[in-house]
Amino acid sequence: MAKVEPRVPMREQPPKERIKNFNEVPFGYSVEEAQREAARCLQCKNPKCVEGCPVEVNIPAFIKLIREGDFRGAIRKIKETNLLPAICGRVCPQETQCEAHCVLGKKHEPVAIGRLERFVADWEREHGVEMPQCAPPTGKKIAVVGSGPAGLTVASDMAKLGYEVTVFEALHAPGGVLIYGIPEFRLPKAIVRAEVEGLQKMGVKFVYDYPIGRVETIDDLLTRFDAVFIGVGAGAPMFMNIPGENLMGIYSANEYLTRSNLMRAYDFPETDTPIVRGKKVAVIGGGNVAMDSARTALRLGAESVTVVYRRTRKEMPARAEEVHHAEEEGVQFSFLTNPVAYHGDEKGWVREMECIKMRLGEPDASGRPRPIPIEGSNFRIPVDLVIVAIGTRANPVIQQTTPGLEVNRRGYIKVLSEETMATTKRGVFAGGDIVTGAATVISAMGAGRRAARAMHAWLCGELKIW
Amino acid sequence: MEMFEIVKKRPITEEVFMMELFAPHIAKKRKAGQFIIIRVDEVGERIPLTIADADPEAGTIRIYFQVVGTTTYKLSRLEVGQRLADVVGPLGRPTHIENFGRVVCVGGGVGVAPLYPITKAMKEAGNHTIGIIGARTKALLILEDEMRAICDELLISTDDGSYGHKGFVTDLLRQVLERPEKVNQVVAIGPPIMMKFVCKLTKEFNVPTIVSLNPIMVDGTGMCGACRVEVGGETKFCCVDGPEFDGHAVNWELFMQRLTAYREQEQLSYKLIREKTGGK
Repeated sequence: MAKVEPRVPMREQPPKERIKNFNEVPFGYSVEEAQREAARCLQCKNPKCVEGCPVEVNIPAFIKLIREGDFRGAIRKIKETNLLPAICGRVCPQETQCEAHCVLGKKHEPVAIGRLERFVADWEREHGVEMPQCAPPTGKKIAVVGSGPAGLTVASDMAKLGYEVTVFEALHAPGGVLIYGIPEFRLPKAIVRAEVEGLQKMGVKFVYDYPIGRVETIDDLLTRFDAVFIGVGAGAPMFMNIPGENLMGIYSANEYLTRSNLMRAYDFPETDTPIVRGKKVAVIGGGNVAMDSARTALRLGAESVTVVYRRTRKEMPARAEEVHHAEEEGVQFSFLTNPVAYHGDEKGWVREMECIKMRLGEPDASGRPRPIPIEGSNFRIPVDLVIVAIGTRANPVIQQTTPGLEVNRRGYIKVLSEETMATTKRGVFAGGDIVTGAATVISAMGAGRRAARAMHAWLCGELKIW
Repeated sequence: MEMFEIVKKRPITEEVFMMELFAPHIAKKRKAGQFIIIRVDEVGERIPLTIADADPEAGTIRIYFQVVGTTTYKLSRLEVGQRLADVVGPLGRPTHIENFGRVVCVGGGVGVAPLYPITKAMKEAGNHTIGIIGARTKALLILEDEMRAICDELLISTDDGSYGHKGFVTDLLRQVLERPEKVNQVVAIGPPIMMKFVCKLTKEFNVPTIVSLNPIMVDGTGMCGACRVEVGGETKFCCVDGPEFDGHAVNWELFMQRLTAYREQEQLSYKLIREKTGGK
């Protein structure tokens, strides 16, 4: 076997500098770097990487086009199956998907598929985005509820098929978790805006400030639209329900990140939304949202930020890259630790977090070892800002107002099959976190794609669902 | 007409304003007790305001607000024909309306605005409806005529005695509760301290009491938890579980503390905006 070149590293802002700003951390590949990395791909006849991709991007084909310098061709190839490559190239967990299957990865480092995807998507944004061909109008109308990754995918696919699509968003800006949740330093908002502008050029209408379930129900929409897609995400934050959790200075990650990302509280008082700028910060949880919160707190002037997680490093659900970036920036980790109470001052501000030490026991339902508290190991640490990032659950508003829409025990919408993403209610499809519980951007897009395909087939009378 | 355009604006006092906004989808759907979230401009904060009334035919909703900080100050400087960046609603659960028998509706300050549609709905449901409204001083009293038109009896108090009873709404409420006719339900909306004392009083008389809470909110749709309140020892999200709760079960101390979370920043922001715009 020929000598394998090392993976081309991506240049990024040095940690000391970047914790003073919200700009994106990695700079992306140059043309030369991208072509050098693309040359590492073995062009397998039976590519395993594609199997690892939830939307089955033809990975070897687009990498070959990069190697040949045909960047326009490369982006066209990706967009055959992936609508949002600039976003996926940045936030997909490639290390557990495509790159985990890369044959090179068995002995060496896998091809940097995500970075190459990002490279061509960014190239396209600089050199002009091609509008996809839309089929002639079908005269049928589609309502999409929620403008996150699932909803944007359905909107795009259905618009291309000639449907008149309207996207309803409860917030004042499009993108869902891409805009309120993921910080600028990981996903610049200009990218999300560019994607939405592309959809608008295709004729997709966006209606903001329009909370479905309140201002109109799904049944109301069904009187005006031929089919409805629900992609509202799992947006309700969970708390631990421990004493003192409602003290001031304790946020859900959703609130903290929404204040910073969507409301631009980092610019206060230039913007009007304030945010607590803690000095001693604790972030509870071990996922990507916890990393985003911790790194945001550093950028907002924290002296110390500690991620508190009840299992060990090995069980952390966060991407390795996010943990690595957080560590480089000075975020500390306290493993096998769980808060049991918060203690405040007379004015109601959090001052101390009481924790208990944990040990790992037998695997639980999730397959991960169950964390067990060690009696009597309680200790206190001083804090003035706590961000609870232990996950989210379904927001019940739509389910409560939609008769005939069945949900499971945890409040997530039931689908008749993964292939169609059709719900128990005629004409209504659903996908993304509101079906699966909190998952990834790409899996939401995959669900959106399948829903759109089934919706089209059903509307054409080619598929019988209900 | 443009969405979220100001169709009518009327100063009640120097600090208190009435506005009607063009938002036909909200005007059509809203029920008594529900609220909206507004954002005045592109750098604006999201704040909740209760809907005081609506005209589904004209497509307008009515709000009352008192200038207390940056957002309400900016709002007060907008004129008819200008528009707000965002108006979201109707949010929250509507008031539970039924024929309870004898209902007392107690409102203080701008709290009378959200109280008005509830009082109206209670009256329409067949209740004998007594209104008690109060303000710091006569000039700050709002919706007196409107309330009088729908109440079987209307009592008024001002802190300084410039109009009606000199004292608090709770003084008048005590008088009503001490009458031989049994009161079946109280609804109280106003400053937190007023609602707290109304609840203390109605607890003595064992009369169920609904309050409408107005905590700090961000999205208003159950996504962030900024508005969490403790009711009966449980944490609730005011935006989706409320805004109305059993006043006897509310943890008032916590509720009032959480309202102070951004006091310093609010004062700074308010000072800067006034300097920038040459306002008072």
